[in-house]
Amino acid sequence: MPPMISILQRLFMILVVRPLVLVVLGLNIRNRERLPRQGPAIIVANHNSHIDTFVLMSLFPLAVLRRLRPVAAADYFLRNRYLAWFTLNIMHMIPIERVRPGRSVDPLRDCAAALERGEILLVFPEGSRGESEALAKFKGGVARLKEQFPEVPVVPIYMQGLGRVLPKGEFTLVPVIVDVFLGEALAWPGSRGAFTAAMEQAVIGLAEAAPQRKPL
Amino acid sequence: MTPFDISINAAVALLGIFALLIVASGVWFGLKQRHPDRDYTELKLRIRTWWVIVILFGLALALPPIFAICLLGFVSFLAFKEYITLIPTRRADHRVLFWAYLTIPAQYYWAADGWYGMFIIFIPVYAFLLLPARMVLIGETEGFIRAAGTLHWGLMTTVFSLSHMAYLLALPASGNPAAGGDGLLLYLLLLTQLNDVAQYVWGKTFGRHKVVPKVSPKKTVEGLLGGIVTTAVVAVVAAPFLTPLDRIESLIAGLLIGITGFLGDISVSAVKRDLGIKDSSNILPGHGGILDRVDSLTFTAPLFFHFVYYLHY
Repeated sequence: MPPMISILQRLFMILVVRPLVLVVLGLNIRNRERLPRQGPAIIVANHNSHIDTFVLMSLFPLAVLRRLRPVAAADYFLRNRYLAWFTLNIMHMIPIERVRPGRSVDPLRDCAAALERGEILLVFPEGSRGESEALAKFKGGVARLKEQFPEVPVVPIYMQGLGRVLPKGEFTLVPVIVDVFLGEALAWPGSRGAFTAAMEQAVIGLAEAAPQRKPL
Repeated sequence: MTPFDISINAAVALLGIFALLIVASGVWFGLKQRHPDRDYTELKLRIRTWWVIVILFGLALALPPIFAICLLGFVSFLAFKEYITLIPTRRADHRVLFWAYLTIPAQYYWAADGWYGMFIIFIPVYAFLLLPARMVLIGETEGFIRAAGTLHWGLMTTVFSLSHMAYLLALPASGNPAAGGDGLLLYLLLLTQLNDVAQYVWGKTFGRHKVVPKVSPKKTVEGLLGGIVTTAVVAVVAAPFLTPLDRIESLIAGLLIGITGFLGDISVSAVKRDLGIKDSSNILPGHGGILDRVDSLTFTAPLFFHFVYYLHY
């Protein structure tokens, strides 16, 4: 990776992402100490808005910025060359095929390689932003990675409020303070199905412990 | 000429506030030495946050007024954001909320510009009519009156009311030969915050009879009265240095700030109680959120402004 890109990414974080996340929005973080200090690690979080990735990246110190690898849908983020350049270089994302290609190619190959290099994966197991502030069924990719790398910690995070900031289909950003609740690293229960269920339960548990807003 | 833009009296008042903070830090240190077994972390955080606030405001006041006006606008933004975060909003109103945020730079622009007519009706008339109209055009009627009402309450308190602090800085200097707009703003801030602290200290020391147990169980009659008297005394003593108010006027200003500061405080408490939360956020360590800190000011800022404006401008 040329250092120029690394500098651009750092500038983007300092001048755009952090002011946006920390000043315009503002974070209310619970159990920050549960955040892994270094890779390899996997962060799993609920997904409501494009800002989600920015929030997760802002939790980490700039020193590990280059090791943060958001995992994102190839069909959405590589749809044109400008977006693709930004996604792959500045966001430093790992694109993943949502539609399973030929059986010969493992869609998680790049994720596994990143973990081997000691990088930190940021994954949204719902696979899509979905409905505002609602949790969709988790997909099984993280469980397959955990099976392959049992020593890598998987830390669940629940974020609340981002569905109000920039819901799917909206272009105007409404500042709202975002709750970020970190859970404890998840143990391997013995099977992939059970792990995915445990992961989903962990995020639901964090959501239930969050302050509930009275309905209007 | 210096790059600083502040009257001598206002600068002396600022130094006085720094002296008060040094005393507060000394009291904390003394308490810690005398009772090493007790935990004074909360007090320490509270005083440290005061230092940050006073240094920021002191710097902004010492520079040309636009700096303090921008800082106050930012405070309004933070308070309004906390309010929007706490209240339930409708998904359909996303764009209306965006427009509501845009009233903040506009309102502070009217203040900086000294355009009084626009400043005084922009939120109570234009925003009040047009934001709900935008909601109606979106077409969601379920929860309309509550959505429009809660949004306007937030704009009136966190933007309209607080922006009166900024307008103090835009008033003609001739109205207050002693210390100008800086002096009036310092007077308001000093008395309002002192009133909060004094009510707390009097209440903690002598408090027995609760005033509004359902809203704020820790507020007592003794704390309220002690605070009001303290504030009134300081108001009379400080008035000749910072304001154009004579002795009777400053006594009334002190009572006004003492009583309405309390009302602002418990009004924000009532909002938080209604929504089932304790602190509005955690941005100010030891205090809670911005809304918890400016609660009294949402009442004292417009009421003090109009009191002075009526008498001297």
